[in-house]
Amino acid sequence: MNGSLLPLTISPGVVPLFALVLTLGAYLFGVEVQKRVRNPLANPVLIAIVIIGITLRLTHLSYQDYFTGAQFIHFMLGPATVALAIPMVRALEHMRRGFWPMMAALCAGSFVGLITGYGIVRLLGGSQTVALSMAPKSLTTPIAIAVSQSIGGIPSLSAVLAIIGGILVAVSIDPLLHRLKIREPAARGLAAGTAGSGIGASRVIPQHTISAAFAGVAIGANGIITALLAPILVPILKRW
Amino acid sequence: MTMLKPIFILLLFQLAGETLRAATHLKVPGPVLGMVLLAAWYILRRRDPEPELEHIADGLLGWLGLLFVPAGVGIIANLALLRTAWLPISVALLGSTFITLLTTAWIMHRFGHRASIRHEGL
Repeated sequence: MNGSLLPLTISPGVVPLFALVLTLGAYLFGVEVQKRVRNPLANPVLIAIVIIGITLRLTHLSYQDYFTGAQFIHFMLGPATVALAIPMVRALEHMRRGFWPMMAALCAGSFVGLITGYGIVRLLGGSQTVALSMAPKSLTTPIAIAVSQSIGGIPSLSAVLAIIGGILVAVSIDPLLHRLKIREPAARGLAAGTAGSGIGASRVIPQHTISAAFAGVAIGANGIITALLAPILVPILKRW
Repeated sequence: MTMLKPIFILLLFQLAGETLRAATHLKVPGPVLGMVLLAAWYILRRRDPEPELEHIADGLLGWLGLLFVPAGVGIIANLALLRTAWLPISVALLGSTFITLLTTAWIMHRFGHRASIRHEGL
């Protein structure tokens, strides 16, 4: 694409405001598309990223310039992550039995997700940075970004992988678990939340209240377990 | 005023998480520690979160997608990386996601038969 064909320039003074309006507008557009298409592949975040990426190209704005405005939205990730405690507490209160099997399944899922994510990238010749960005991909995106940053991955790559991973879970969980005859709502909810966080959970939440509760706990718990596990496992994995 | 207090609580717990991380040299992200502290705060006191806090949390989480757009746009700086490493990235994403899904579901299926929840209020 020849950028000089489109001499769009944003005057420096309004760059932060432009970035904010662009981000909100692109996301709202993505939400509208999702409403119309009703397909998990039409994810508003992915749509917004593509629109903003193209716009930055056309207006010759650097990512750093864009971020001067977008950082106000980015900042809210912190309190939003803290707020994840609320649905988790709400769901935990409704759990009566099966706490230990749930913890076993959660820990195994976190461990396997981290190790296989890192391991498969390395086995296929990917760089350590890519492998470290893959490791937190099962986590809910705000935690995936934070963990990726703390272990030396590329946060934006982890964010995109977490979203696409969630979409994969949403479209594959029914056929996969049907084939294995796993029908219990608890197992389905827990697996959806652990492997696919919010987007994965959105597939099972309308199916059953038990699935919804277990998915809610899984999203928060997987974030916590992996955040604790990653600093211990990553130095060991890195030697390989 | 009803919005101010819950926002204060969330930021306060985030700050507590960041402070705890700095003090303990834990490599766990501050907001995640803040989330653990907030969950523990309600679980240990056996209290339900205040309605105003639930309201703000639901609102914030309803727009969660928007909040990671700015970080996600950073991917445009890494397009070359995606182009060179597309094979390990796509195989690992597919493989690891399916393995994680099946491991979690199978363990819960095998050992969690008695798992249930209280039905009232749900």
